[in-house]
Amino acid sequence: MEETSPHKGRLINDEVAETITRAEELAYELKISEVMTSNMHKISPDQTMQDVVDLFRQARISGAPVVLNNQLVGIISMEDLIRCLVTSDLAANISKYMTPSPLTVKAGDPVIEALKVFVNSQVGRLPVLDENEHLVGILTKGDITRGLLRALQHDYQAEEVRRYRASHLFEDIISDRTSLILRYTIRHRDFNHGGEASGNIKRALLRLGASPQIARRCGIAIYEAEMNLIIHTTNGGVLRVEIEPHRISIDAYDDGPGIKDIELAMKPGYSTASEEIRELGFGAGMGLVNIARCVDSMVLESSLDKGTRLRMKLFLDKAETVGEGYASKQGDAA
Amino acid sequence: MNVQELIELVDGHLINTSADLSREVKGGCGADLMSDVLASIQPEAVLLTGLCNPQVVRTSVMADVAAIVLVRGKNPPQVTIDLAEEENIALITSPFGMFELCGRLHRAGLPSLERSVSDGPSELE
Repeated sequence: MEETSPHKGRLINDEVAETITRAEELAYELKISEVMTSNMHKISPDQTMQDVVDLFRQARISGAPVVLNNQLVGIISMEDLIRCLVTSDLAANISKYMTPSPLTVKAGDPVIEALKVFVNSQVGRLPVLDENEHLVGILTKGDITRGLLRALQHDYQAEEVRRYRASHLFEDIISDRTSLILRYTIRHRDFNHGGEASGNIKRALLRLGASPQIARRCGIAIYEAEMNLIIHTTNGGVLRVEIEPHRISIDAYDDGPGIKDIELAMKPGYSTASEEIRELGFGAGMGLVNIARCVDSMVLESSLDKGTRLRMKLFLDKAETVGEGYASKQGDAA
Repeated sequence: MNVQELIELVDGHLINTSADLSREVKGGCGADLMSDVLASIQPEAVLLTGLCNPQVVRTSVMADVAAIVLVRGKNPPQVTIDLAEEENIALITSPFGMFELCGRLHRAGLPSLERSVSDGPSELE
């Protein structure tokens, strides 16, 4: 298994995977060709060490590949230059002081391969070769850092773009009434996924341009409703969220067992939850109270053995609309 | 106070790696009942709790909690760690108990971000 893995035998268990950061992931995703410097300064082995001094000073670099007939033959660095200066030998040919047949990396390899070479050797730069062994670039640790930062920035911008697009979702759609409906099936006693739907809804609202306060109020209300479906129903239930620019309507419904006394259920601290549920941190009798505090309107209907339907609504004023971009909000603020 | 400083103050151990250690912690809240947390906590607080199940993380995401500190050296199950990792929220375990932790954080100048339930909606400002 290890040998046949397409990922160069890199086998990781979940525990290790936990500690992998995005930057480390990128080291596997990014190719060396994406981060290397390709328009580099080259020098020929029959030029003099004086030429090296001039090149380093002029180009403000501290090393360069040595190339003869399009073929990499060595690398010359500041250290080589110092050795030469110690013996005042600036007239010598570069071939005398360069490091011949240096370590190289392949342009198509992931950045991690270059990092391994940097870690295991003392070199400061690595010539990059293509599949035909031609020099196509040079790579320093600085190039890698910059490449990773660029990629992280790109990740960030991608999320911004997603958010921007979603926040303008409704703007170009003409209808008498446009809305976006999200549905989630909630399974009875599925505690491990409890809150997943609410998390996704909260994220969707933020992407649609909802204010953090609105997203938080919705998130808390829906989370409590979701936990109620998990804890109290016979067969689980459904969360349905309808998002309109000026209104968010949330329905949580199930097919049983129904609530015996709604007035009592609404009383702070009243709960029918079992000891087991309480140990999980729920069943404090605050769920419906919390919901009522977070939404603008709430209707709870239930009939024994038939099921329960909880309808919640949040009304968004003009400065807080979702999915309509910024234009309408700015217009309103002026 | 940021999350890094918080970890030092509680002799804590950061369990997941995806958290932003520079995130600002504006106050604290201690509770084991998640509905109490949802009812009372204000945004950007550290949540001190003895509960280790994934709902702690879910609750924290809903309530914009800045970091979670598990009291009395508790080690959460893997599902909780996975979720904290996914949601980029700092999950910290501290050897101290709830009372000691509240005291330490309060002494360090961290205000209470728990609001009495009778005050009405906590996020309508």
